Amino acid sequence: MTKAKAAPVPVVETEPAAGDHGVHLLREMLRIRRFEERCVELYSRTAIRGFLHLGIGEEACAVGVMEALLPDDAVVATYREHGHALARGLSMRATMAELEGKVEGCSRGRGGSMHLFDTATRFYGGNAIVAGGLPLAVGLALADHLLGRRRVTACFFGDGAVAEGEFHESMNLAALWHLPVLFCCENNLYAMGTALQFTESETDLSLKASSYRIPAWEVDGMDVLAVEETAREAAQAVREGGGPHFLELRTYRFRAHSMYDPDRYRDKDEIEKWKERDPIPALIARLTHDGALANGDLDRLEAEIAAEVDDAVAFAEAGTDEPIEDLERFVTSGPPTQAPTS
Amino acid sequence: MSKITYREAVRQAIREAMIRDDRVFVMGEDVGHYGGCYAVTLGLLEEFGSERIRDTPLSESGFVGAGIGAALGGMRPIVEIMTVNFSLLALDQIVNNAATLLYMSGGQLNVPMVIRMATGAGRQVAAQHSHSLEGWYAHIPGLRVLAPATIEDARGMLWPALCDPDPVLIFEHGALYNQEGDLADEVSPVDIDKAAIRRAGSDVTIVAYGGTLRTALAAAEQLAGDGVAAEVVDLRCLRPLDTPTFVSSVARTHRAVVVDEGWRSGSLSAEVSARITEEAFYDLDAPVARVCGAEVPMPYAKHLEDEAIPQVADVVAAVHALGA
Repeated sequence: MTKAKAAPVPVVETEPAAGDHGVHLLREMLRIRRFEERCVELYSRTAIRGFLHLGIGEEACAVGVMEALLPDDAVVATYREHGHALARGLSMRATMAELEGKVEGCSRGRGGSMHLFDTATRFYGGNAIVAGGLPLAVGLALADHLLGRRRVTACFFGDGAVAEGEFHESMNLAALWHLPVLFCCENNLYAMGTALQFTESETDLSLKASSYRIPAWEVDGMDVLAVEETAREAAQAVREGGGPHFLELRTYRFRAHSMYDPDRYRDKDEIEKWKERDPIPALIARLTHDGALANGDLDRLEAEIAAEVDDAVAFAEAGTDEPIEDLERFVTSGPPTQAPTS
Repeated sequence: MSKITYREAVRQAIREAMIRDDRVFVMGEDVGHYGGCYAVTLGLLEEFGSERIRDTPLSESGFVGAGIGAALGGMRPIVEIMTVNFSLLALDQIVNNAATLLYMSGGQLNVPMVIRMATGAGRQVAAQHSHSLEGWYAHIPGLRVLAPATIEDARGMLWPALCDPDPVLIFEHGALYNQEGDLADEVSPVDIDKAAIRRAGSDVTIVAYGGTLRTALAAAEQLAGDGVAAEVVDLRCLRPLDTPTFVSSVARTHRAVVVDEGWRSGSLSAEVSARITEEAFYDLDAPVARVCGAEVPMPYAKHLEDEAIPQVADVVAAVHALGA
């Protein structure tokens, strides 16, 4: 096989219309925020079990980056991925049904909160091994490279992943082979409960990417417009054959690591200080100032989103349990591996 | 019919697959410019180029994971890992991703990849290059695990493995690469589901696979001189195990010896033995016997290594101990 001739570079709208587009970004962030707030309630009344990792405070990262992607692009995410799934276009219904373990869920209730999958939107999880998704992203991009497809694979991971060998192996492979990966490091300053300065000899994460000769840009992850602008530029460069790019999205989670986390390792003042930079009120203030958000617009938006969340919860709760007989289905594509012996 | 080595048979299989399907490519350490650490891929870089015969850095987890991703992206990767000991660096990707993605995604994501690696002892390369850990992988739901023990299987198993929509691990015993044998010029397809009876007999069933098949066959030959007709079953596919073939053999011979180069405790031989006990207990004239690797990290010195791995005399003695 000679390398397939690369397809023309698809054009992504680079100049978003200010007003309507801003409201769209606000809507996407609010959908995630309200969805996750409802998840907390559902968790309290045990409709959602297991681990639940919330991205409240980090919504601008997922929403901003997704704006830079096309439908054929791929997304690899982590176990804190509700926001990425919703922003990528997974239905809120299928996502909520998954969290409630129903067969109508996007992974048939097999994965739960940490393992959301959807081939229709090329959403490849939902990976709960820190840094475990990075090699997959490299491979997805390698397939695009070998098949001559102009596609981008966006790979999300946290600052904790930077300490894993798989991070370094993936950076090296992607750079060495000049693969179309957009690495999106959501640096929320804590690897679970351990602060970056206690785990990294070099806390400048972009520097690590640069050392692999990967262009690395730092972005204010609390500003959705900044994230979008940088992500568009980076994604376009990747799409045009510029090789992997690295975004360090500086962000913060307002809630604990998971529902089990007593959050003893952070100063309350620190959390409050970051809350002042909440990406949602910041965007509301900006849109209001620019006249893009008129009186009553926000209430209407909130009402629409509340209705969507209600509908998703109702869908999940009306959902069905997968039949017990299907327990071994999908272990392999064929019949069960432990076939009857006689 | 032509004479061919096991190594050449694997190479032919790779070459044929690459010609047959553009989506197939090889990736691993030293597969290209070096020609493969066991010279399996020698000459393929020149024929297919560096995009498809892809040298990787020493990043087992990275390139195995990249193989999984490439499979998700529509390719049919053959990932080579130098030895099973090195595959431990890629366990996360094999166990947490390759084996789970289809299930976790509710049936959405197939991982059609093949991972080949060398296994086993006998070459005095000590405790970090000699172990037989294929039994560990045979423990994992979601994987298919193959152990070609013959030239024909070395040549024939790769293509059906690549056609499998799920991940397949192929374990090539390092001591087999130089083995020579006859291969039909017209290659016929082999299955990757069934065990095979390599020698028929009525007095005892010797179950073996991979590197221990030769030992089992040599033992059967020796036993024939003692008037004992041993049947030799080659497992071929370690997961899923083809239980009916070895259980029905034992039902005929009433005695069983399981030969496994892996360590005895918690091993593949333990699984085979358990299944015989579960399903052919009332056909047995004697307890199931096992001949396994000694439970030591593999020593370097030749006499110690020989002692640590199943030998023909051990198998013969085990058969006689059953009263056969």
